[in-house]
Amino acid sequence: MHLPISDKIELNILHQNSHQAEKNKVKFNNYNLLCLNIMSSPGAGKTRLLEITLEDLSTEFQSAVLEGDMTTNLDAARLEKLNIPVVPITTGRACHLDANMVSGGLKLLEKKINPHILDILLVENVGNLVCPAEFEIGEHFKVALLSITEGEDKPLKYPIMFREADLILITKVDLLPHLNFDINELKSNISSTNPKADIIEISSITKSGFDLWQKWISKKILKFKK
Amino acid sequence: MTKCLILSMEEWAEKKNKEKIIVEKINLKIGEFTCVEPISLINTFNAAVLGSWLDSSQITIETIPFEGKCSKCNRSYFPKKENGYKSPCCNFNLEEIISGRELKIASIDFKEK
Repeated sequence: MHLPISDKIELNILHQNSHQAEKNKVKFNNYNLLCLNIMSSPGAGKTRLLEITLEDLSTEFQSAVLEGDMTTNLDAARLEKLNIPVVPITTGRACHLDANMVSGGLKLLEKKINPHILDILLVENVGNLVCPAEFEIGEHFKVALLSITEGEDKPLKYPIMFREADLILITKVDLLPHLNFDINELKSNISSTNPKADIIEISSITKSGFDLWQKWISKKILKFKK
Repeated sequence: MTKCLILSMEEWAEKKNKEKIIVEKINLKIGEFTCVEPISLINTFNAAVLGSWLDSSQITIETIPFEGKCSKCNRSYFPKKENGYKSPCCNFNLEEIISGRELKIASIDFKEK
């Protein structure tokens, strides 16, 4: 038996995921396809947001969805009704999508459609405010949703999710008159955690804010395709 | 995260000839501003490697403090949830993170058989 050796490697634990995420991004770029990673806690309104958004975008852009869910294809089935390419990714016991799963989803998407004709790929992550924040998937932008029924303190309690997001959508704002909720406190907590994030208030019931959200997406797609 | 750690170890061991080494310690640096709870990582790792080539290895974790920099006066500070991560000097929002996002294998202590 030899003496112990210390190998100083200083290696990121997530480097394999980051490496695959980089490969995914190269693929997205080659397809000229903007990828958004949509994240939130369960029930914040991700799927409803996508239903409305995909319909709104359809006049101008070609979209596709990778739909992450732990155990069912229920959300994917909802989105398939919009006649856009949807690939369900069932994560099993995993509480987040990782870059390998997205790579697999992209391969299935390539069998359904030529991605060159697409403008935007929306990836709905598993409902969870913790792990999805740490796992890059090759996205160009991260979008985090936070519904007002979750409370003003969530950006402080789950800071990494809100720190990592490029855009934060405050959802279900139609409920504001019925709740004891301070939206300014929420916005202040978001800014404390991530002063650079864009913030848009939206309601899937009244459709308020969807014009701003759609403008945000259009601007990102057009800038990306330049 | 445990799976990622084990995959990283497998990748490292491939270059070393796994059959000829015994890993004694895996020394990690985990930042305070990550989604990793050190004790949970140790417990899940110990359970996951039972009976494998990493069975006898131990994890040590050096916690890296969460440190930010005030963008107004450039002083470093330790952001606290209780005051919204703002700088205590100028009450500015957290713009720059100096440390606390680390998720690293710093070093691996091993013996050759």
